[in-house]
Amino acid sequence: MTQFETTVLSKVGLLPQGSLADAVAGRRNIFGMSQSAEEAVLRPKDYGAFAHDLRAAFAARAARQAGQGALADHYAADAGDKVPLADPDNSEADLEHILSFVDKVANRTRDIVAEDVEELQAAGVSDADIVRLCELVAFLAYQCRVIAGIRLMQGTTP
Amino acid sequence: MSHVIHKFTRNVPDWQPRVTPVKLEEATPEQRAALQVTPSNTKVSDYVLTLAHDVESLAVRSPLFNAIMYDPGGLSRAERELGALGASMVNRCIYCAAVHADRHAKLEKGTTVTDELFAKGENADLNDRDRAIFEFARKSAEAPAAAGPKEMAALRNAGLSDAEILDLILSSALFGWANRLMHVLGDPVRKAPA
Repeated sequence: MTQFETTVLSKVGLLPQGSLADAVAGRRNIFGMSQSAEEAVLRPKDYGAFAHDLRAAFAARAARQAGQGALADHYAADAGDKVPLADPDNSEADLEHILSFVDKVANRTRDIVAEDVEELQAAGVSDADIVRLCELVAFLAYQCRVIAGIRLMQGTTP
Repeated sequence: MSHVIHKFTRNVPDWQPRVTPVKLEEATPEQRAALQVTPSNTKVSDYVLTLAHDVESLAVRSPLFNAIMYDPGGLSRAERELGALGASMVNRCIYCAAVHADRHAKLEKGTTVTDELFAKGENADLNDRDRAIFEFARKSAEAPAAAGPKEMAALRNAGLSDAEILDLILSSALFGWANRLMHVLGDPVRKAPA
């Protein structure tokens, strides 16, 4: 895999030459590891309570909320019949507590309090699954910001 | 009952998990392997033991974290810490802000910049280069990210190269990730007496 085949750089539409391309090439290890992180949070072997299609829907939802349409489409393509949840306006009765947590961690991080975690625990979500959810949402926050930043450098718009 | 800290400080607090960390003696071989590649190998913290619940993520995140914050070249170490601090202040991750303000102060051999930031936030009196770096990190950390052409122009006007700007994008974005673990999964608490 070259660095241009990573999700981040394909969504940026990085021009192959110039000082930005040189800078990216100088950090190719970081782009490669970022892609490995995407594998780990989207398509882990041990997925706990959140199967790959559901994770893809959550990722698409977070990308949509972050204004990253191309990235949202990338994830929505793997969401299967969970794809309605990729729309931030949609919810599902069984998953309402999960979705409200995911949305808050993604978008109102500073307002998270202990009660938010306690509510998930009271609803029967295991501690391991709470960590898995946080890793997924947190990775998306990183990925969206790297794409937005590099795109801004390159002078293109989302 | 531990005392939860709500104000920014450079005194690094303890971190008290809101979920039960993995017990080291019960860790699977895969978890044990991942725990060895953490930034500090001397002691396995509750934070890392908490993240061991998702061992596949932990195993890839630790080396990525180290590469973004420590690999040679590009943006200086102190300026990467400033990017981390900007994001952590927006997300009110008191623990992350303390760790990275402390590292910034040690690297710079002075507390002027971090004192100013903790006292005045976005109105801090900084030199042009530090201001441009902090503002980019701060705006990028908003949800959705709000850094725009004005913040990018300020970085270039302050003399940052493309390689340095890329490192700032990476270090501030990395804390969009770290803050959503540290601030969500635990509380910063006053250090227990030694």
